[in-house]
Amino acid sequence: MPTGRLAVWWLIASEIVIFGGVLGAYLMHRLGHPEWANQSMHTSTWKGALNTFILLTSSLSAVLAHNAASRGDGKRAAKLLWATIGGGAAFLVVKSFEWTAEIKAGYTISSNTFWSFYYTAAGIHGLHVIAGMIVMMFVAADAAKGKELQRVENAGLYWHFVDLVWIFLFPLLYIAK
Amino acid sequence: MIDQYVESASTYAGDIDNVILLILAIVGFWFLLAQAVFFGLIFKFKARPNVKAQYVSGEKPHEKRWVALPHYATLVFDVLIIVMAIKVWHEVKINLPEANSTVRVIAQQWAWTFVHPGPDNKLDTADDITTVDELHVELNKTYHFELTSRDVLHSFSVPVFRLKQDAIPGRIIKGWFKPTQTGQFDIQCTEICGIGHGIMPARIVIETEAAHRLWNQANAPKLADAAPTTPPTSAGGMP
Amino acid sequence: MSTAAHADHGHDHAHAHHEPGFVEKYLWSTDHKMIAMQYLFTGMAMALVGGFTVYAFRMQLAFPGMSVPGYGRVTATDYNALVTTHGSVMIFWVAMPVLIAALGNYLIPLMIGCDDMVFPRLNRLSYQLFLISAIILVASFYVPGGAFGGAWTSYPPLSAKAEYSLTGLGSSMWLFAVALEFAAFLLGGINFVTTVMNSRAPGMKMFDVPIVVWMIIIASILFMASVGPLIAGAIMLMFDQQLGTGFFDPAKGGDPVLWQHLFWFFGHPEVYVVLLPAMGIVAEIITVFSRKKLFAYKTVLYTAIGTGVLSFFVWAHHQFIAGIDPRMANVFSVTTLLISIPVAEMVFVYIGTLYGGSIRLTTPMLWALAFIAEFLLGGVTGIFLGASGADIYFHDTYFVVAHFHYTFFPIAFIGSFAAITYWFPKMFGKMMNETWGKVHFWGTIIPFNFIFIPLFLLGIRGDHRRIYDYRHFPDLMKAGMQDLRILATISLLVLLAFQVVFLVNFFVSLFRGPKAPMNPWNANTLEWQAPSPPPHGNFPQGLPNVYRGPYEYSHPDRKDDYWPQTEPASEPAKT
Ligand code: HEA
Ligand code: HEA
Ligand code: CUA
Ligand SMILES: [Cu+2]
Repeated sequence: MPTGRLAVWWLIASEIVIFGGVLGAYLMHRLGHPEWANQSMHTSTWKGALNTFILLTSSLSAVLAHNAASRGDGKRAAKLLWATIGGGAAFLVVKSFEWTAEIKAGYTISSNTFWSFYYTAAGIHGLHVIAGMIVMMFVAADAAKGKELQRVENAGLYWHFVDLVWIFLFPLLYIAK
Repeated sequence: MIDQYVESASTYAGDIDNVILLILAIVGFWFLLAQAVFFGLIFKFKARPNVKAQYVSGEKPHEKRWVALPHYATLVFDVLIIVMAIKVWHEVKINLPEANSTVRVIAQQWAWTFVHPGPDNKLDTADDITTVDELHVELNKTYHFELTSRDVLHSFSVPVFRLKQDAIPGRIIKGWFKPTQTGQFDIQCTEICGIGHGIMPARIVIETEAAHRLWNQANAPKLADAAPTTPPTSAGGMP
Repeated sequence: MSTAAHADHGHDHAHAHHEPGFVEKYLWSTDHKMIAMQYLFTGMAMALVGGFTVYAFRMQLAFPGMSVPGYGRVTATDYNALVTTHGSVMIFWVAMPVLIAALGNYLIPLMIGCDDMVFPRLNRLSYQLFLISAIILVASFYVPGGAFGGAWTSYPPLSAKAEYSLTGLGSSMWLFAVALEFAAFLLGGINFVTTVMNSRAPGMKMFDVPIVVWMIIIASILFMASVGPLIAGAIMLMFDQQLGTGFFDPAKGGDPVLWQHLFWFFGHPEVYVVLLPAMGIVAEIITVFSRKKLFAYKTVLYTAIGTGVLSFFVWAHHQFIAGIDPRMANVFSVTTLLISIPVAEMVFVYIGTLYGGSIRLTTPMLWALAFIAEFLLGGVTGIFLGASGADIYFHDTYFVVAHFHYTFFPIAFIGSFAAITYWFPKMFGKMMNETWGKVHFWGTIIPFNFIFIPLFLLGIRGDHRRIYDYRHFPDLMKAGMQDLRILATISLLVLLAFQVVFLVNFFVSLFRGPKAPMNPWNANTLEWQAPSPPPHGNFPQGLPNVYRGPYEYSHPDRKDDYWPQTEPASEPAKT
């Protein structure tokens, strides 16, 4: 396996354990506290769903970018990567509206342990979204010049992982009521 | 072995000492054997001029046997140790025998509060005796304790009983002991609990029935001026 | 973690063709050997910090209330901070950097026959994060309230609230430093694993890789697979400290025991993370100096993997009496005792390797043998603790302290000394002095036992941990007990004094030692086919080819009692 891709896989592996720790801890608590359902009622399922849709779409454009890159079409790959970055940005915008509303309604990170988990898990995930976007900016800039095209796939891999984490967070934090 | 140094003052102290002795015998034997073989080989095979080392891959069955045999032996001895250890564990930590009396132990930074049931032998009545850093119990009576903490983790350790249990804020942990010898001994806090962790000693006083009755009478609050003690708060923790 | 940004720069790393300046050469280098040296020297400097703290608090234990020369009076606050810092530093800033980062960085490319790590810049970043973490930790001593004193296990609620620990800033700095150190080692681990998977010399098959490289790789994977939950836990604890969340606060619906699970889920594998590299070092040295093939190479590998896998299922043996469901203790007692089997097997294999050898008691060999002898005692005393019934008494006594020092000291110091004395000629191109090496050896091993045997006895007699003054406990001031404490402290002073011998020998040899040949020990592995010290790029005569496993010593078909991995098979046997 190419070295870069191998390293991304190992990076993902170690990140999985980190998220595993957060989600495992959350699940243990959640099972011990059925009353948290009263708190999770106040999360906005439709905003979460919208974000899920946005992330899935951005993953699709990451796949298309990889396709373009493997055909050697760096220009197109770069464009599609920028589309993916746009998806990430849209995700963050939705997220910030969501959090603003919730904080205004009095649900802050310290108001209850459910909300602590809610903000912590989503916050760590959000940082990964930002990190992925920054990485893709560099990769896209290179790809546009036709350089380092193999990195398009690696960045995409990472983005799929970020997406996948959200697929776990969404039902656990929003749907389970 | 332990009782040579630390008195043994509960019904299960001897059982714990025996497990320790058994482990000492087993691993002591293996430890000495391994060291003997090890040093023996070093002396036997010290480099000598013109003697070449042997070429042994260790992959052939008759060579592997030398590792496989001790391997199985270790397994057998492990099983023996586990069985003994778990038996004692059940006795001390899982089975709760019927109690003659119950005391409440409350840890906080950096003191112990003990709530004794008083002359009526019931907790949460007006004649409860609350003491700080001194626990009074009666010889040959089975006690339950209800352990909790007001702030951080502490640990309730009575070495002469071979008893130890962490105290967790927000939770009440139950356990038991039955003293078998009179005297005064250390109670230690064995979980780091901040700056005063080193100055959180208490004493346990094990008395005969008569002495304990006297102590009860002398210390029970006069019913008239004593307000009923409230049980410690028990906020919801994880089970 | 935006590391993916750097992740791919690796292969475009071109060798600098201009003369590098001082900064570029020593401080900003991407050469794996220079980064290894940075880790080694930082680790040694931190060993002095770990040694100084233990000196201060052991003096207090032996002579309570005295003003310790070079430190002053050790108050209760100081004591806790010193113990906490000592434990954290020794594990995270000495054992890990020296055994894994320094040796891994130095040996992996040389032993698998490539010119550098696959991601040299990632490597440099990892060291820099590590250095920053060390600085933060040391700096925490000088902030208001002082350094964190809640033990290296940092159990909440004590660690979560400044009103409990009274070291608000110190706690946060400790936590941040540890988390940063983890990040550094995660990056380093990814680099190691990728390098070994993709950059082995042509011809080097799985089972031709030297055991020490395997061990470092298994340790890195073990670290990666176990540290995640604790990183998550560290974030949660940081929020508890800084934002007032209640993850570990029962009053807010949190659970303090959760931290213990997250910590020990990492903490137990962590002890094998440091054990395995040391075991690997010992394997290299005993084969070379007994001129023997390693007894059952594959068995060593499988037991290491077995230990690694099992180590994920034993963590709660640290929490038997911490308030977990007592029935859970049964499960963990069983798994804990089972882990003795692979570890024992590894030890037996090493002992078996000596059989039929031609043993030369050089300084590195003495260290390697001492490792086995001393580690055995540490290992078997673990059995007392793994047996749940016995642990009720031993938990948090000095018996535990002595148990883990009989494992950690052999690993962190005996293992490092073995490695340093063995690879010194390669690292610095100079030979170390044997006589002084042996003086240092005996001057370390003998006092070491005189420190920790008394601590076993004290543990049996009931001394519990992290107590700054035993005079508060009448039962712990019985006849002879203070004498044992004093004996341990005096032995420590002797041990520390002999470390001066090591440091002097180290630096004098470094500058004045006789020049080392390429392969002074007649060893087989690839690093000995590079010049001493290897230049940038490692193998000036071209990257090597590998023809056989690393331990073909005293092969019956050969006159030489060694057979380098690089020597073509076609060459006629010199019988
Ligand atoms: C690298 C360090 C290291 C290593 C290798 C080990 C190895 C082992 N440890 Fe240890 N341990 C620590 C470091 C280490 N430990 C630390 C730091 C702590 C305390 C942390 C703290 O609280 O601060 C600790 C605490 C600790 C506890 C918790 C004690 C308590 O707090 O109450 C337990 C309990 O089970 C335990 C068990 C074991 C076991 C079973 C092994 C096994 O791996 C040992 C296996 C080896 C052998 C058994 C020897 C060889 C075998 C033979 C010669 C054959 C004969 C054997 C039999 C018949 C069984 N350890
Ligand atoms: C790798 C781990 C490691 C090592 C090597 C040591 C080494 C030593 N430790 Fe420590 N110790 C811990 C890990 C370690 N410790 C941990 C985790 C704790 C628990 C902390 C807690 O409770 O939170 C602990 C706690 C602890 C206590 C218990 C304190 C208490 O509970 O109150 C004591 C008591 O005596 C002690 C003593 C010693 C001594 C005398 C040494 C001596 O062996 C030290 C000798 C020092 C040196 C030899 C350094 C100088 C050497 C050089 C500069 C040479 C060059 C260096 C290299 C080549 C690397 N340690
Ligand atoms: Cu209370 Cu330690
Ligand atoms: Cu352990």
